[in-house]
Amino acid sequence: MSREPERSAGLPAALVPLAGLALAFLLLPVLGLVVRAPWRSMPEVLSRPDVADALRLSLLCASLASVVCVVLGVPLAWLLARATFRGRSLLRALVTVPLVLPPVVGGVALFTALGRTGIVGRWLDQWFGITLPFTTAGVVVAEAFVAMPFLVISVEGALRGVDRRFEDAAATLGATRWYTFRRVTLPIVAPGVVAGAVLSWARALGEFGATITFAGNFPGTTRTMPVEVYLALQRDPAAAIALSLVLLVVSVGVLAVLRERWLGSRV
Amino acid sequence: MTRVVLLGTALVLLLSGGISCGGGPSDSSRPGSSANSSVLSGTVTVLAAASLTETFMALGEHFQREHPATRLQFSFAASSELASQIVNGAPADVFAAASSSTMHQVVVAGAVAGKPAVFARNRLQIAVPVDNPGDVTRLADFARRELAIALCAPEVPCGAAAVRALESAGIIPSVDTLEPDVKSALTKVELGEVDAALVYRTDVQAAGGRVTGIDFPQAVEAVNNYPIAVLADAPNPAAGRAFVALVTSSAGRRLLADAGFQQP
Repeated sequence: MSREPERSAGLPAALVPLAGLALAFLLLPVLGLVVRAPWRSMPEVLSRPDVADALRLSLLCASLASVVCVVLGVPLAWLLARATFRGRSLLRALVTVPLVLPPVVGGVALFTALGRTGIVGRWLDQWFGITLPFTTAGVVVAEAFVAMPFLVISVEGALRGVDRRFEDAAATLGATRWYTFRRVTLPIVAPGVVAGAVLSWARALGEFGATITFAGNFPGTTRTMPVEVYLALQRDPAAAIALSLVLLVVSVGVLAVLRERWLGSRV
Repeated sequence: MTRVVLLGTALVLLLSGGISCGGGPSDSSRPGSSANSSVLSGTVTVLAAASLTETFMALGEHFQREHPATRLQFSFAASSELASQIVNGAPADVFAAASSSTMHQVVVAGAVAGKPAVFARNRLQIAVPVDNPGDVTRLADFARRELAIALCAPEVPCGAAAVRALESAGIIPSVDTLEPDVKSALTKVELGEVDAALVYRTDVQAAGGRVTGIDFPQAVEAVNNYPIAVLADAPNPAAGRAFVALVTSSAGRRLLADAGFQQP
């Protein structure tokens, strides 16, 4: 790659207009929401009990889903980054399938696995009387399904960047593998885990397709904000814009606070 | 949303030179249509209620036979969703809704050319999985809390009809999910994930043997009218009018009746 002529910012000038275009492309729709928002009827829309229900449910389910992602996703990321076995690269590709799968297809796939007549769900129902579809737990399952790859990819990348000499040093000092993982490896990759958790939380919060397919839509138990927005769009577009703004403000607010609190400026 | 392009059918018909009108049993139904079939061309976009999927696909094949230079494109979804797409400027030629009130939304927005015509009526039926795990036999079973029950969302015509039927029967249903359109309610029954749903009888018929339909007396309280109209901003209004003419022709009525729709 040839060196660009010296410039104050060190940026090729040709990139600036394209970057500006990208910025406008990303921000204009958000601006549109703000401009078109029915500010006068906003208090009325926001005081509707079903809106509060949907927002509460969204935050609860997205948070539970990201907990599931961390608890199960970190070990999986560790397996992908550290274990050596045949078919590891194939496994890594399979883990990212929910990323490229259309969410509605993901919902149908969840039915075939965890639905009342699904290959695992059938036994959950017969042995324990647990049925996941159309329950709040089903929302968490659908959201975790689409969000977990974000966490796994993020943590796996962090694990690969760890200087193994720290772990070796811990081992020579007599630490067990589990102790080393907890007290040495995990603190080093913590920013990657937090970044992955935040990404998966954001993905879960906006999740629509898999949720409405697998968990259905019922106020109070499974109707999350994205579903509420989708239905409002058919009945009252202005209310849909108001609800979208609420979701936007809440998610950007939470992400900003987390970033401030946990990540400094690293993400 | 299902989007079906009947281009393949059009090509096959073109290649086989199948413009001759001897084959089909229903060709005699449109006197004078051959006069303008030569001028119709281009893409015709039809937005139609999800419950019309199978019938309109069949009508589409019929339309392509008559107007081989056209390319018919369908988009099937909940009428209310399609109505909001149209009001937001979706480029389409024809809108067929599953209720007068959803068509009314589009009319009020000034998006319809002329007056919508009602071409069919439909009523609800209880759909249960073939093995009927919940032992559902009547509408009152929808109040049983131990069953998994799906209805259409009240925003959607089939959901509005379900509310009317249940209210007239004085039944408070124990609903588990409010589906975004009638086909997704039907799918939940087909998959065996719910014990019963309220869908149109035409959907039960279209599902073949994959679900069982149960009639209930209160269905007469919730009959939906299906209006159709050419849109004001139709890119291809002539072909749109021809499609509406086909739907309201005797051939169209016969196809609709075969699918279980009632006459308007």
